[in-house]
Amino acid sequence: MHTLEQIKDRIAAAFPGVPLEVIPNASPANQASLLLPPGRAREIAKFLRDEPELRFDYASNVTGVDWPEKTVKEKVKVKKIIDGVEKEAEELAERKTPAFLEAVYHLYSMALGQGPLIIRLRTGNRTDRVALPSLTPVWRSCEFQEREIFDLFGIEFEGHPDLRRILMWDNFADHPMRKDYVPAEPEEAQP
Amino acid sequence: MLGRGLLRGFFETGRNFCGSYYDPARLTTVQYPEEKLAPQENARTVPFLVYDGEDPLAGLRCTACTICAQECPAHCMEVVKDTEKKADYLGKMQVKPRVFAIDMSVCMGCGICVEVCPFDSIKMDQVFELAREDRRMLLQLKDLAKSNAYFHQIHPGEAAAVDEARAEEKRKAQAKRATAAAPATPAIL
Amino acid sequence: MIAAPPEPQAPGLGDFANHDLLEVSMGPHHPSTHGVFRMNVVLDGERVVKLTPVFGYLHRNHEKIAEKNSYLASIPYTDRLDYICSMTNNWAYVLSVEKLAGLMVAERAEYIRVIVAELTRLFNHACLAGFLLQDMGALGTPLMYAFREREKILDLFESLSGSRMMCNYMRFGGCRCDLPAGWREQAAKVAADFVFFLDQFEALLSENEILRARSEGVGVLPRGLAVNAGVTGPGLRASGVNYDVRKVDRYGIYDRFKFRVPLGERGDVFDRYMVRILEMRESVKILDQALRDIPAGAIMDPKVKLRNLRPKPGEAYGRIESPKGELGFYLISDGGPTPWRYRVRPPSLINLTVLEDMCLGHTIADVVIILGSIDIVLGEVDR
Repeated sequence: MHTLEQIKDRIAAAFPGVPLEVIPNASPANQASLLLPPGRAREIAKFLRDEPELRFDYASNVTGVDWPEKTVKEKVKVKKIIDGVEKEAEELAERKTPAFLEAVYHLYSMALGQGPLIIRLRTGNRTDRVALPSLTPVWRSCEFQEREIFDLFGIEFEGHPDLRRILMWDNFADHPMRKDYVPAEPEEAQP
Repeated sequence: MLGRGLLRGFFETGRNFCGSYYDPARLTTVQYPEEKLAPQENARTVPFLVYDGEDPLAGLRCTACTICAQECPAHCMEVVKDTEKKADYLGKMQVKPRVFAIDMSVCMGCGICVEVCPFDSIKMDQVFELAREDRRMLLQLKDLAKSNAYFHQIHPGEAAAVDEARAEEKRKAQAKRATAAAPATPAIL
Repeated sequence: MIAAPPEPQAPGLGDFANHDLLEVSMGPHHPSTHGVFRMNVVLDGERVVKLTPVFGYLHRNHEKIAEKNSYLASIPYTDRLDYICSMTNNWAYVLSVEKLAGLMVAERAEYIRVIVAELTRLFNHACLAGFLLQDMGALGTPLMYAFREREKILDLFESLSGSRMMCNYMRFGGCRCDLPAGWREQAAKVAADFVFFLDQFEALLSENEILRARSEGVGVLPRGLAVNAGVTGPGLRASGVNYDVRKVDRYGIYDRFKFRVPLGERGDVFDRYMVRILEMRESVKILDQALRDIPAGAIMDPKVKLRNLRPKPGEAYGRIESPKGELGFYLISDGGPTPWRYRVRPPSLINLTVLEDMCLGHTIADVVIILGSIDIVLGEVDR
């Protein structure tokens, strides 16, 4: 059984210079995930699948997540001049977290019985840079799930054999699972 | 032998066919609506409001706390408080609902409203012959309120347990009031 | 001027340029597609050349509704995913929330969960065998035998949870209500009768020449493709891959029970049918053990609040072996009363990935049986 750190080290050894980041998970489930850069994601995925010690041959779950921009208020230490003396004071500063769409892959190894290994891929933003490499050529189970993410979130998967809408009808023009989605017709009035 | 599997199958269906003439375990069809199966005690369909005694409005247990409407997964309930306060079975002053509406066409019959109600005032009914021409089926307080006697009829075990718990609480509340009303022992001067 | 819609593409059919191909749309109103499911089948005579599944007709936006409802309020909605197996859906969701929030489960409740999950597996597999035989033309006899047993189990569920199908029974940290008096004895009798039913069922079907002729060698799913395509459940095990989430993850208390995992050899429709029959026998064994060993005690920690569960920010992926395959729930919490992201990993949808591969070259009659052997429920595929 490999821990996330060990797997990250193996990937770093096989792909030197590729930025990898461990995203911690604060909940008791303790399932931390690995953020991969979109450019080399497919090669890394093939490595994860084919490397004899890892053999992550089963992509169980492929999810999309929408992270809109959020304004976070934080206390920041700032040097200010108070009454003529320079002191360190705490100030409330506002910071905007970046907005992006995310694809999360849960990988398991049927051959070696290990897992889950959680991989994340993030898009540039939510508007025009929404392309990610498709991992369907590596794991066929991503085929319908990536289509669903395209349909409901709007991430365009490059290299997907058949990227079109799956749950909504073909001429539908929005992405329903986004946080800022407004349904076209008003909802029926509650009693 | 070719056909052996088919013959074994015919033997099984033959056994079922002949058995259906005398074996009650094979006669499982209930000729609804002439025959009706009595529902099991725990069976649930849609909710109803319980009132104690004879008068639906005076005996209504509901205090319009709106917890059921907040927790309802289908958001099918509307509860509006009244302004007048009356004493309940424990002697506490409670309001009653002015409006209590459930849209039965939206209600899933999940029973979460029953679980979260702190006053044992909403319970699950067992009626399922609810078909009518109006699709919406918006039931108001007068349609929903049913007596505690009816509750005992459909869920005897649960109703008995609820009555016992309420009687116990009433006893405790009365005992508390008695000790509070009794004069305190005067200090020895 | 409204632009005309683009011409439908039929890629990859260049080999058949000289033949007359017929495109048939099977469904969505179709008695054999197990729900509102559509397949665009391109046929050369009777042989399938291309098959495209189309679904989304039952899409109810379950995941978005769950983002607006509290964690407790999503439990009745999970009943309606795989609407035949509501208990296992509940368990998968409740397991994921317990992982997310770090809740412990009462021991008696763990046993009850195993009992109702195995009862669900029993009637799901029995009904699948019945539906498969109906698709083959057996016109309902095996189906009605299976439904007779299912009725007994549904009566058990009704006396336990109040409802036959939409049980809404599991809660975070335990179950909603305890077993009523006499339920254990009734369940033990159902389990004992089920063995007799299985013997009868197998005598009726397993050696039947028509069943064998129609299902052996049909819809073969090779091992490598099954693993790569994420097929799980009896379909995967029929292809010879030993992967059962109950044995791999040992969630709940499954490590306390002795049971085997049946595997198939060829991965055809007959193997998928036979694996399910053998799994039913193993489920009865688990039931016997659980009903024998269930301890007395509370079914829920009395300190756990029902309302207003706010797990700490984080995420969790919890999965169980549902009768259809691996059912998983992926939840992201932002610390509020509603989840930030709620995702159902539907086994039926992912098992459908290989439908085309299994159907190529077979006749259109075989397409119906192959679809039947995958065991899909549209409530889960579309959510």
